[in-house]
Amino acid sequence: MRIKSIEDLLEIKKNILNKRKNEENMIIIKVSLATCGIAAGGKHIKEYIIKKMNDEGIKNYIIKDVGCMGYCYLEPTIEVMLPGYQPVVFGRLDKEKIDEIFEKYINRHEIVDGIVPINYNTI
Amino acid sequence: MEKCKLVIDGKEIEVEKGTTILEAAKRLNIKIPTLCHLDLHDIKMVNKAASCRVCVVEIEGRKNLAPSCATPVSDGMVVKTNSIRALNARKVVLELLLSDHPKECLTCAKSGECELQNLAEEFAIRKIDFEGEMSEYRKDYSPSIIRDMDKCVMCRRCETMCNEVQTVGVLSAINRGFDSVVATFFEKNLEDTTCTYCGQCVAVCPTGALTEVDYSWDVITAISNPEKIVIVQTAPAIRAALGEEFGLEPGTPVTGKMVAALRKLGFDYIFDTDFAADLTIVEEASEFLDRLNRYLNGDKSVRLPILTSCCPAWVKFFEHHFPELIDIPSTAKSPQQMFGAIAKSYFAEILNVPREKIVVVSVMPCLAKKYEAKREEFKVNGNPDVDISITTRELARLIKQANIDFLALPDEDFDRPLGESTGAGVIFGVTGGVIEAAVRTAYEFYTGKELRDVEFRQLRSDEGIRTAFVNFGGFELNIGIAYDLGNARKLLEEIKTGKSTYHAIEIMACPGGCIGGGGQPYHHGNLDIIRARARAIYHEDRHKEIRKSHKNPYIIELYEKYLGKPLGEKSHKLLHTHYFKKVLY
Amino acid sequence: MSYQRYCLICRSSKCNKFSNSIGENFKEILKEKELKESVKVVFTECFGLCNKGPIVKIMPDNTVYTGVMPMDVREIVEKHLIKGEKIERLIHQENKPKQIKIVLRNCGFIDPENIEEYIEKDGYMALAKVLKMSRTDLINEIKLSGLRGRGGGGFPTGLKWEYAYNAKGDEKYVVCNADEGDPGAFMDRSVLEGDPHSVIEGMAICGYAIGAKKGLVYIRAEYPLAVKRLAKAINDAREYGFLGNNILGTDFSFDIEIKYGAGAFVCGEETALIKSMEGERGEPTSKPPFPAEAGYWGKPTNVNNVETLANIPVIINKGANWFNKIGTEKSKGTKVFALAGKINNVGLIEVPMGITLREIIFDIGGGIKDGKKFKAVQTGGPSGGCLTEKDLDTPIDYDTLLTKGSMMGSGGMIVMDEDDCMVAVAKFYLEFTVDESCGKCTPCRVGNKRLYEMLEKVTSGKASMEDLEKIKLLSNVIKDTALCGLGQTAPNPVLSTITNFWDEYLAHVRNKKCPSGQCKELITYTINKDKCVGCTACLRVCPVYAISGKVREPHVIDQEKCIKCGACYTTCKFNAIEKK
Repeated sequence: MRIKSIEDLLEIKKNILNKRKNEENMIIIKVSLATCGIAAGGKHIKEYIIKKMNDEGIKNYIIKDVGCMGYCYLEPTIEVMLPGYQPVVFGRLDKEKIDEIFEKYINRHEIVDGIVPINYNTI
Repeated sequence: MEKCKLVIDGKEIEVEKGTTILEAAKRLNIKIPTLCHLDLHDIKMVNKAASCRVCVVEIEGRKNLAPSCATPVSDGMVVKTNSIRALNARKVVLELLLSDHPKECLTCAKSGECELQNLAEEFAIRKIDFEGEMSEYRKDYSPSIIRDMDKCVMCRRCETMCNEVQTVGVLSAINRGFDSVVATFFEKNLEDTTCTYCGQCVAVCPTGALTEVDYSWDVITAISNPEKIVIVQTAPAIRAALGEEFGLEPGTPVTGKMVAALRKLGFDYIFDTDFAADLTIVEEASEFLDRLNRYLNGDKSVRLPILTSCCPAWVKFFEHHFPELIDIPSTAKSPQQMFGAIAKSYFAEILNVPREKIVVVSVMPCLAKKYEAKREEFKVNGNPDVDISITTRELARLIKQANIDFLALPDEDFDRPLGESTGAGVIFGVTGGVIEAAVRTAYEFYTGKELRDVEFRQLRSDEGIRTAFVNFGGFELNIGIAYDLGNARKLLEEIKTGKSTYHAIEIMACPGGCIGGGGQPYHHGNLDIIRARARAIYHEDRHKEIRKSHKNPYIIELYEKYLGKPLGEKSHKLLHTHYFKKVLY
Repeated sequence: MSYQRYCLICRSSKCNKFSNSIGENFKEILKEKELKESVKVVFTECFGLCNKGPIVKIMPDNTVYTGVMPMDVREIVEKHLIKGEKIERLIHQENKPKQIKIVLRNCGFIDPENIEEYIEKDGYMALAKVLKMSRTDLINEIKLSGLRGRGGGGFPTGLKWEYAYNAKGDEKYVVCNADEGDPGAFMDRSVLEGDPHSVIEGMAICGYAIGAKKGLVYIRAEYPLAVKRLAKAINDAREYGFLGNNILGTDFSFDIEIKYGAGAFVCGEETALIKSMEGERGEPTSKPPFPAEAGYWGKPTNVNNVETLANIPVIINKGANWFNKIGTEKSKGTKVFALAGKINNVGLIEVPMGITLREIIFDIGGGIKDGKKFKAVQTGGPSGGCLTEKDLDTPIDYDTLLTKGSMMGSGGMIVMDEDDCMVAVAKFYLEFTVDESCGKCTPCRVGNKRLYEMLEKVTSGKASMEDLEKIKLLSNVIKDTALCGLGQTAPNPVLSTITNFWDEYLAHVRNKKCPSGQCKELITYTINKDKCVGCTACLRVCPVYAISGKVREPHVIDQEKCIKCGACYTTCKFNAIEKK
């Protein structure tokens, strides 16, 4: 898909943003899979989340690999964005914590222990 | 040319942009000490390492000290070469170098000629504050060169010489940090590599890390053996340089004194390699004309150009790198080897002794000759044609050891019959000399006419690679001349790709020809010394009565009485050789 | 069923001391006020305000209370939760987070292997904008931004680009230095793993500015994931037409090749890097000539660090005048630091220049682990120096750090506490530089090795005061004469620790003691006979049979035989072995 001009670029960007609008009803989970995340077991966490999604029968979700969020001392970390809510980051994950996140946060929007507050500005 | 004005030690000077501080200081007669620096730009070798840090100077406005050999001047620069800061830094750097250097000056081959030793003396180093672990490496002995890397200061001159000038590529730095050392491919011994023994690395090494194998005591042993008849042959380049070892000006010919010294040392016969050089010319010129004629008559089995083959470093070079061209060089042996063959056959018959009784010693400007003498094809039933090959430096040591007052010696003459030579034989020592000698003879052989003016000035030059034309009575001969193996490679690449238009090519491995050989007195970076030696050689030639090889009466006698004719059966057996394809790795 | 309100209590690092009791109090009082069903108490990770802790945040009100003590809980519940009145004295005044993510703007937010997510975040818009600018305008914009090289040198980037632009020649190169060699630094790795397109865009913009058609990324082979993601990003960029011929329909063509490092720290130095890319031994060369004049294959080359290049698209999109409002007068923008060592919140942070060390270590970093006392922080890796307690309020920027005997370096920050021996730290860094030295020049090859040997004498108790003087003298000469940055800055940790921790050096030399108990040869193990019960456990584990004693009688360690391995110390269950 070659972008041959600046107009093409703006067109593609518009399409992508539109696509994003269609995801407004999806649960978006971002798993930190940089080297630190993978070393701490991030890939296993991702697999487990996918398995849980299947078990719970949740189909409106997207799971993505992202880079380092900066919380290296809390790895593995994930960011969960429920439709209509601000994204929340969870750290020090293991299977029990994932279960708890599914049961309480994804099910009932109930915040659980271990969330990571945002401590930065972004542009 | 843009100019810069700068101040060094309070003195102002204006120089061209691009000049280094070291150069600019030299013009003000300020001599900044250096170690790794070596500028031989005439032969396209400039060691740009700037690694020793001995030449550091203080520059106003610059945070750190700067290496003066590698820092170009800029307008308005203010330099202090001997501030306390610079002096202290130099002293510490030297102490560091000495802290990782064996303290073997007393028994080191380089003692008295060592640049590190000189600096230590200049800086009056009396105590080394920073003692610690010292590098230890296995010593590498080859037929010609000894590598003792414990003494290496990582100046990288040898690496630059071997890779950039000679393009042989045997030496390179390996490992990192304190363990870094200049070594060969997989740290093999030199004799297992493509080293040509040209000895140029030895010629530029500032310390005793690279030295020649010293066979001088073997010579004494041979001389003192009453059972043996010891013959010595001296290369043309020796007589132009030996005097330097005794304090004479570079370029003072000392032929007579050299012969006298050799006689005093106790050799039985003092002969001249120049005689064999004349012999080489007769054979090689005949071979060349034979090939030229067959080629011009359309014989496809013959290839041109013909390449001279008297330089053993050059021979080993093309055996490794251009094995597919192995039928191109002349099959004539080098003068050293022709001499050995004749001495142990013709002369042995004259003396009526078996060849095993004769010991042939050669004095050469060259380290590769030590290796050449040991080549298997130059032995008869295990007895080598040339037994021992020593260098100019070793000869000087022998003369000094035998407490001979060289400067007071009278001029003496070589013995006969193998000591008489023509001017053509002498000029073998200079670049362009071999081909000029060949042309003097080939001209008369080809045209059948007498050659009036023997000096072919178009072949004489100190440029590394050049073309010249010689008129053979209407036929224009296209001649290529090169010294330094990097230049040789260029000419060979042309032959390989079919682009070469030469009829004959002369190759020497060393700068300026044999006079710049690896076994000559150290020039320490001053190429004018080599030029002076060249002048001495041409001077000798001019003062010879006979200047064409084939007119040498003893050569004529040799053919009449013994060999028959050039390229004849006996000549072929004794005086010609063949080459071997060698691998690169 | 979700709660109406949440009380978020920080349980990280310093706050941890009180978080449990605060939590308990909340639960009790909420139960009392029958709010248990509508207000949930949640424990969170670090807020980055540790100096102001303990922290409590009320959501969804978004109110942050600082310095909350267990006894304040009642007031918070009664006044804030029930009456809706905020408690002024506890409210966090400056509600501005200390980190600004510019370089890391996309890291952790987008999928690095999906180019469309990058485009979504204004990706390649800067390149599009730049192709409509003149090259001199572009370079001026970068100069105006005040961006300085983030690899450690701090050279003004715009000026560097201008040199390469002015250099004569039609074959020029852009090189990205991704050979992050400092121990403990992982900023470039994270950028390449999390947002490789930002670097590609930065390189393309640089290529346009200086007139280069080819870019090279020299990346260390020890970063396989970064290599993989970068390679995919380059492929995707080519496919989408951001690399290759006639980019975005203009006559600007640019492509990028990846070159791999092979485990040499010295190849992070720009001239050694260029030699390595040319296939030669990675040894630095004298400067001048600078790479901008004659670099890769002798052609004008611009070498920039990963982080520097990642800043470029933002500067173009938001403008130089937006960028140069962040930071200090001479150091603009932000810097990514990799916090490591004895600190609670180990990780990657991006802060504006001018922030103080105290804020970094004690706020964002969460303070010292296990409540120990802060001793020093090493910035700049093996080329840098230590900053101590007296420097905690120093604003961090290129020039100030230099005046303190350290340097910014590439961004590694190693925090040390009271249990770290500063002499051992200096020795550790010097061991690294000695191992990584290329060996070309005398001061680094021999000098640094001798320096290391002298430090070994110090840490093994064999040094004299004269040795300390020699260390100082040699360090200064090495700094003055070495050929490249590695050699010139290798003595920095030594000089910095000597200046700041002279007493530790004196203790090692005069008293043959290591105050922090780290230097093994200087530790003495003795058995306290009042505590020893004579169980022979230590006697049996000693590898050199240095301990003697009968059962139920106090044992004795023969100091002559003791090799200070510490096996007895770890074995004794009665704390009878003293380690001094």
